Amino acid sequence: MAEHTRDIKRRVKSIKNIEQITKAMEMVAAARLRRAQGRVESARPYSQKIDDLIKRLAETFSDITHPLFLPRERNHVGYVVFTSDSGLCGAFNSHVIRKAEAEMAQEEEATLIVIGRRGRDYFRRRDYNLLAEFLAIGDEPVVSQAQGIARTLVELYEGNIVDEINLVYTEFISTGRQQPVVFKLLPLAAPQIKEEDEMFEDTIPDYIIEPSPQGVLEMLLPRFIEAEIFRALLEAKTSEHAARMIAMSNATENADELIEQLTLLSNKLRQAAITREIAEIVGGADALQG
Amino acid sequence: MAEQAKSKWNSFKLEIITPERIVVDEEVEGVIIPSTDGLLGILRNHAPFIGTLDIGVIKYLKEESPHYVACNMGIFEMKGNMLRILPDTAERGERVDVDRAKKARERAEKRIQQRAQELDYLRAELALKRSLARLKAAEAAGVK
Repeated sequence: MAEHTRDIKRRVKSIKNIEQITKAMEMVAAARLRRAQGRVESARPYSQKIDDLIKRLAETFSDITHPLFLPRERNHVGYVVFTSDSGLCGAFNSHVIRKAEAEMAQEEEATLIVIGRRGRDYFRRRDYNLLAEFLAIGDEPVVSQAQGIARTLVELYEGNIVDEINLVYTEFISTGRQQPVVFKLLPLAAPQIKEEDEMFEDTIPDYIIEPSPQGVLEMLLPRFIEAEIFRALLEAKTSEHAARMIAMSNATENADELIEQLTLLSNKLRQAAITREIAEIVGGADALQG
Repeated sequence: MAEQAKSKWNSFKLEIITPERIVVDEEVEGVIIPSTDGLLGILRNHAPFIGTLDIGVIKYLKEESPHYVACNMGIFEMKGNMLRILPDTAERGERVDVDRAKKARERAEKRIQQRAQELDYLRAELALKRSLARLKAAEAAGVK
C-alpha cells in the first residue's frame, strides 16, 4: 500500500514539472502573440493601399495587359500551405493541412509548396509531390522571406509548371478563433471597376504615368505578390502563437485537475491505511484482553 | 472636404507606408521624390500622378523645416492633395544607423572593386546605392 502512495506522489511531482513547462510556454506564446498582432496590424495598410493602386491603375488603363493577369487553363493547380516549424500548438497544423487536402481532392492535378517543417514532414510521409519547401521561418517573419517565396512562386508560374497558385493559411480572427482560408494569388484577379477608397471619392482623373503604365506595373505586381505572401506569413504566425497559447493554457489546466485528483486519491489511500492500522491495533488489543 | 478646410492653404497630406509599417503620415507643404526618371517636386494641387520610386532620399517640408527619409524602390501616387509613397523600406534620416550604413557601403564598394559576377555586381551596386541614400539622409538630418 505504501508502494502505491509513493507512486502517486511521484506522478504528482512529474505532472507539476510538466505544468511548469506548459505554463512557461503559455506565457512565452502570449508575449509573442501580442507582438505578432501588432505586426499584422501595421502591415495591413501597405497591402491594402497597393491593392487599391492596382485597381485604380486598371480602371484608368483598361487595356493594361500583363502575363500575371491572364487567366489560364487550370491544368496544374499549386497550393502553398503555411504550417509551423514547431509543434505543441494544438490543432493549428492539422486544420490547415486538412483544408489543403480537401481543396486538392477536388483537383485533377494538384501540387504542393510547403512552408514550415510540420507540413513538410506530414506531406512527405504521405508521398505527396512537393515542388518547393521553405523551413525555419522563425517567430517573426521578415519581408525578405516573403520575397524569396514570391520569387519561387512566380518562377513556377511563369515556367508553366503550375497554372494557378493558391495560398492556404490560417487567418487570425481572435485569440480564440483562427480560420484556415484559401486565397487565390495567381493569376491575379482582373480588378473590378469599382471605387472603394474613401479618400478619393471624386471621379476618375487622368493620371500622369511615369515612366509608362507597363513600367509601373512591373514595379507594382511583384510588390503586390510579396505583400500578400508577407501578410499570409504574418497571419499564420499570429494564429500559431494564439493556438499554442490556448493549447498550453489547456494543458496547464489539465495538469491542475490531474494533480487535484491524484492528491485526493493519495489522501484517501493514506486515510484507508490509517484506518486499517487502527483496526489492526484495536483487533490486537481485543485479542490480548480476550 | 472638412479634411481640407483644416489644413493650411498650401499643404497636403503625405503618407509613406512600407510593407512593415507606416513611416510618415503628416500634413506637408512640399515633397521632393527620387523617381526613376529623376527628382520630382510635388506641391499642393499637383495633377494626379502615378510613378515609380528609385533608391534615394525623399525630402519634405513641414512647417517650413525640412525632413529627410531614405527610401528603397517602390511606387508613389499623387491624387486629390494626397501623396502616397509605397517604398520597400523607408527610414527617417535621424533614425539611420550610420555605422551600419557605413559598413554596408564599404562592403558594397569592396565587392564592386573585386569585379564579381554580373548578378553579384548588380546586387552590390544596389546595396551601395541604398547605403549612400541612408548616409545622405542621416547627414541631411544632422546625424553624425
